[in-house]
Amino acid sequence: MKDTVIITVFDRDDQRHDLDAPTDMGMSVMELCKSYELPVEGTCGGMALCASCHVYVLSQHELPEPTDDELAMLDQAFFVRENSRLGCQLKIREEMEGLELKLAPVSQ
Amino acid sequence: MDKIIETDIVIIGAGPVGLFAVFEAGLLKMRCHLIDVLPHPGGQLMEIYPKKPIYDIPGYPSVLAGDLVKNLMEQILPFNPGFTLGERAENVEKQADGRWCVTSSQGTKHIAPVIFVAGGLGCFEPRKPPIANIEYFEDKGVEYFVRNPEFFKNRNVVIAGGGDSALDWAIYLSDVAHELSLVHRRTEFRGAPDSVEKVLELAKSGKIKLITNAQVVGLNGNGKLDSVVIQHDTDGEFTLNTDYFVPLFGLTPKLGPIADWGLAVDKGAIEVNTLDYSTNVPGIYAIGDINTYPGKLKLILCGFHEATLACQSAFKMARPDQKLSFKYTTVTGIEGLSL
Repeated sequence: MKDTVIITVFDRDDQRHDLDAPTDMGMSVMELCKSYELPVEGTCGGMALCASCHVYVLSQHELPEPTDDELAMLDQAFFVRENSRLGCQLKIREEMEGLELKLAPVSQ
Repeated sequence: MDKIIETDIVIIGAGPVGLFAVFEAGLLKMRCHLIDVLPHPGGQLMEIYPKKPIYDIPGYPSVLAGDLVKNLMEQILPFNPGFTLGERAENVEKQADGRWCVTSSQGTKHIAPVIFVAGGLGCFEPRKPPIANIEYFEDKGVEYFVRNPEFFKNRNVVIAGGGDSALDWAIYLSDVAHELSLVHRRTEFRGAPDSVEKVLELAKSGKIKLITNAQVVGLNGNGKLDSVVIQHDTDGEFTLNTDYFVPLFGLTPKLGPIADWGLAVDKGAIEVNTLDYSTNVPGIYAIGDINTYPGKLKLILCGFHEATLACQSAFKMARPDQKLSFKYTTVTGIEGLSL
């Protein structure tokens, strides 16, 4: 069984980054972006409390439904669209092979 | 007259690490005074996740964040720390006698030879909607808090947001304001069901003008707000006259005024020397989540260690004429400080 997938992240300048993402570490998309030094703050440490890891899902992958905590946070965030998610709540899994994401703009 | 407090260590931030620093300083007979922008001690543990269990505090298989704060408060009680709560540490100045003076947002002055910055994520500040000229209209019609509801009496008010505070204030101000509009990006509200129901009722009876699937995208006025531009998902843009715009999108932590104190900062965190967690400014230390160094982990337990070493170094600053002798609490116990 393969234990990494490729996740593509477009940064805020639309630069493409194909990231090797481990599926066996319980890592989130927020942590993945930070480990590749992409400009994701992850201020709250992954508790769905700051929206600094807000991303748009560009590909058609079936992702786990957002929890109430995540929806509540997205309700308070800005630049939110239909395909908005919090990177910290997306745990990297095998099904995410080829997932394409874009970093949402930073709000004040 | 402004209040003046003199102490050995001024600790900015009353989170777990700031609180534990009081204990370690107390063992060395140094007095501490804590400043925090929140109205209660405990920092983000109390503000954000008091009911969440923490599993990596040595000796506690599991402890609720709120209980950890309660225990820390009990642990530092013998050392009788002072608190300036609900005020933000605004400004730091070196005095002629070599000590620091930290002035709060309310003008309280704190004088000490040593400052510990234990500010965690920073100050909790309102999340500002991305509207280009919003800062221009602050105090000219844009309010991020409802400090005094009477302020809005018989005026036109637009509230934006869909959470509990937006709903609660919309309900309350619908009776106070001349016209109260509530703008929310979606149709559904995530607030408490009772509040949602009440808002929908008030909207039906015309007490609240409910504008959903819409966002405030612009502000107009000359020297003071007189209208907001609202963009509706399907109906496009329109202008709504108003005296006040109150965006209620929760709080977000910001480094705040600390960024301007001449401390070396890297990606929003204060750089320190791991020898004693001192910053580039002698007499100012940074401990806990607010600092950074190679290998830094933002863990409460690491902050406790940092606080302990910083106190040893601070003693030499605060008591240059005294010798520091290291003692175990198992040998000497806890000797309280009498003030």
